[in-house]
Amino acid sequence: MFLRRLLTRIATTLVTLLGVAVIVFAVIRIVPGDPVAMMLPPGATEADIARLNAFYGLDKSIPEQFFIWLGGVVQGDFGTSITTRQPVLGLVLSRLPATLELSIMALVIAVALGGLVALTGTRLRYTRTEGALDVANGMALSVPDFLWGLVLILLFGVLWPVFTISGRVSPQLVPEFATSFFLFESVVRLRFDLWLDLVQHMLMPALALAIPLAAIIGQLLKQSLKETMHLDYVTLARTKGYSENHVILREALRNAVLPTLTLIGVQFTFLIGGTVIIERLFSYEGLGNMAIDAVINRDLPLIQGIVLLFALLFTLVNLAVDLLYAVLNPRLRHA
Amino acid sequence: MSFLKIRDLSVILRGTNHRLLRGVSLDVGATEVMGLVGESGAGKSMIGKAVLGILPRSAKIVGGSIELDGVDLLKLPPRQRRHLIGQKAALIPQDPLTALNPARRIGPQIGDRLVDILGWEKARARARTEEILHDVHIPQPDRVLRAYPHELSGGMRQRVLIASAFAAEPRLIVADEPTTALDVTVQKQILKLIFEMQARHGTALLFVTHDLGVVSKICQRLTVLYGGLVMEEAEVGAFFEAPQHPYSRALLAATPRHTDPTADLTPVPEAVIALAQRAVADADLRWHS
Amino acid sequence: MLDGRSLVKRTAGLRLWLSAGWLTALVIGAVFAPWIAPQDPLMQDLFTSRLPPFWMDGAEPGYWLGTDSLGRDVLSRILYGGRVALIVALIAGTATALIGATLGLIAGYYRGWTDMVISRLVDIWMAFPPVLFAILLIAVMGTGLTSVVVAIIVIDWTRFARVVRAEAMAQGAMDYVASAQVAGRGRMSTLLTEILPNVLSTIIVLLTLEMGIAVIVEAILSFVNLSVSTDDPTWGGMIAEGRLSIHQAWWVLVFPLVALFLTVLSFSQLGEGLKDRFDPVLN
Ligand SMILES: Nc1ncnc2c1ncn2[C@@H]1O[C@H](COP(=O)(O)OP(=O)(O)O)[C@@H](O)[C@H]1O
Ligand SMILES: [Mg+2]
Repeated sequence: MFLRRLLTRIATTLVTLLGVAVIVFAVIRIVPGDPVAMMLPPGATEADIARLNAFYGLDKSIPEQFFIWLGGVVQGDFGTSITTRQPVLGLVLSRLPATLELSIMALVIAVALGGLVALTGTRLRYTRTEGALDVANGMALSVPDFLWGLVLILLFGVLWPVFTISGRVSPQLVPEFATSFFLFESVVRLRFDLWLDLVQHMLMPALALAIPLAAIIGQLLKQSLKETMHLDYVTLARTKGYSENHVILREALRNAVLPTLTLIGVQFTFLIGGTVIIERLFSYEGLGNMAIDAVINRDLPLIQGIVLLFALLFTLVNLAVDLLYAVLNPRLRHA
Repeated sequence: MSFLKIRDLSVILRGTNHRLLRGVSLDVGATEVMGLVGESGAGKSMIGKAVLGILPRSAKIVGGSIELDGVDLLKLPPRQRRHLIGQKAALIPQDPLTALNPARRIGPQIGDRLVDILGWEKARARARTEEILHDVHIPQPDRVLRAYPHELSGGMRQRVLIASAFAAEPRLIVADEPTTALDVTVQKQILKLIFEMQARHGTALLFVTHDLGVVSKICQRLTVLYGGLVMEEAEVGAFFEAPQHPYSRALLAATPRHTDPTADLTPVPEAVIALAQRAVADADLRWHS
Repeated sequence: MLDGRSLVKRTAGLRLWLSAGWLTALVIGAVFAPWIAPQDPLMQDLFTSRLPPFWMDGAEPGYWLGTDSLGRDVLSRILYGGRVALIVALIAGTATALIGATLGLIAGYYRGWTDMVISRLVDIWMAFPPVLFAILLIAVMGTGLTSVVVAIIVIDWTRFARVVRAEAMAQGAMDYVASAQVAGRGRMSTLLTEILPNVLSTIIVLLTLEMGIAVIVEAILSFVNLSVSTDDPTWGGMIAEGRLSIHQAWWVLVFPLVALFLTVLSFSQLGEGLKDRFDPVLN
């Protein structure tokens, strides 16, 4: 049963990814305009164009081109970046850890912050504090990460400059790292000096990404907690002598979390999507920043690769959340 | 000496001056079984909830006292009150399907209070949990301990809840229509189990029901409630021989005889209802002035 | 008695009025920009570069909110930038609503294979990072108002399609739809006269929210210099410039940011307010 669910889910994921590939390909090849002309720097000769056409297989038919390209992609050949003349896959993978670490840090902050808001709101339900929290939460919800990023830059970069608002890590520290997972590595190697420098750089962009998601989690989780607090088993726990805090944390929270969890999946993909502009805003050297550079330099193979990687990431996150949901819900697990 | 002593308890619907309980007084002796009867909406559950400190937010206590083992609960700060109730009283809820936490295993749901509120060692609490499951005639207690609620039938879950209520050796148990949500086939067994456990542990029991037949068999005394007002409070023997209040008589007449289930129910006559409502109005008049 | 719910409710009206007020002021400012704006928004003058706003030392009359590093008047540029923002909000918002809602209605009402195709497409679309997708589209199509509008439609039609599909499905299951069909009405006519009016309030709410989103997407695009054009003043462009000179002239960043912030917040508060109005269950 569980296995069948898993297989169906993987099959739909593959269909989605194929669709993504078709669209990425179509956007770049079918949209009016000569892709090669766009790739070339101004002042290129006819011979340059012909050579490039042949190099990218652009002299073949569109479907043919698609399958050649797709065949390459499946084997890990994403083509060659036009600006750097390096394989796209290598470039993209070198930046992926930075974006992953930023996204995960933002997710952790969002869950912690949103959870705190929901728990406080539930504990103080039907008071003025809850109302004030709701209003603030509503505002946080309706302002996107880009604006939060700018606000944070103003507050903590200029007015009260305690955080670095540019880059991923102090440049002189880069040689200290053996892998591209800086944050992870600093923890594993217990290099808290490095860790501190990283966090000092990452906290602001991560917070900008986290605030809208935290607000959504806060809103949904609180609503579901408040509903749970009326249920009989919660009442029964009260008669056992448990305090309200204990009742919320141990009886209500676990059951209230499940509906929030599926939502976090979709929202986490939005958060990852948000890294594109947030990385730009904070000059953070991740995939998103690379993507915008690629667009500005008209490096289409690189853009293709990055978009595909993002799409893969999104679908994997959704898949993971689905499975996690099945594992966490005892009723689904045993049914 | 009564273990639970309620005096003149008034509960209102918050934001109005409509009373849901109208000066209720009630005693339950230390090992006594007290039946609490009345039509639905009479306020039986309100009394039980007030005693256990779980009134809904929409209800508010505005007067009276609830003494548990000589301590007035309403004078204690909320945290202490809840702790004291957890130590001395327990609830057997109405609906076993919703009264167990679906995300937690059965064992901890029974044993948690022993450790957290009574301060027992973990091992002792675990042994006690297994023992009490055995006492309520659950086969394979060690398996049930590790089960989740959805793996058990309704009757099983009600047994678990009874076990949970008795596990901490409370001095008072409130059972709020503990069989109405169950299949007719298991109702009798569960009732039998509750009274078997009560007798064995010598616990005071406040038994909420609308079934006078059950009261006649098991309770020592009973209280008849109408509109949040006590109509009559009597020894069971005396009551069934000669109920004093006209409303009680009507209620008794309306109870189907077990000997002849096909016999028509006698509806409570309107004149009697009018009388009961008159009593309610009088009580309100006195209260508001 | 004052409890949490009523605090949210009590300020709801106020928030709605503030939002409507700001948007009205913005519309007026944008429409009459040529008459209101104290300066030419494009005029550069290095002698008046980085003038601070009026209350600070060194401010010059006529430059209320200061000037940027090229000496261009910040207030005038905000007013003209508001034009771009509102035009994009209006055109892109409406077009997205039309296209997304149409697809959603068709999928939700006709079901069957149309629904399957549209739903599958929505799934695929959900796998794209929206901002990157928009940037990619602009890169391929070139900058300009049309490109910005098309990009917003392409990345956001699913928002309408998903919600409207679900609503149309729910409405389609209602008795009145069945009775309309029993009465011999055509499918298309039922869709337009029975279903559409019932999902219209949802569409209007979404449209209001979408306008806020369009404003922010335009700002992001102009922030990375991929919007209407590189010359016209835009809020995003001003923010990008302000970000660079943030330590020398904070006002170049702060004022367009405030304008953007208030506009986005107002659209969303307005949308939420309308939602409460339309949904009697919540009141
Ligand atoms: N959560 C609640 N909020 C407001 N009023 C309630 C609530 N629960 C019960 N009541 C009212 O309180 C009165 C007594 O209810 P209850 O104690 O449940 O009656 P019983 O248990 O005797 O059937 C009824 O009039 C009922 O309408
Ligand atoms: Mg009841």
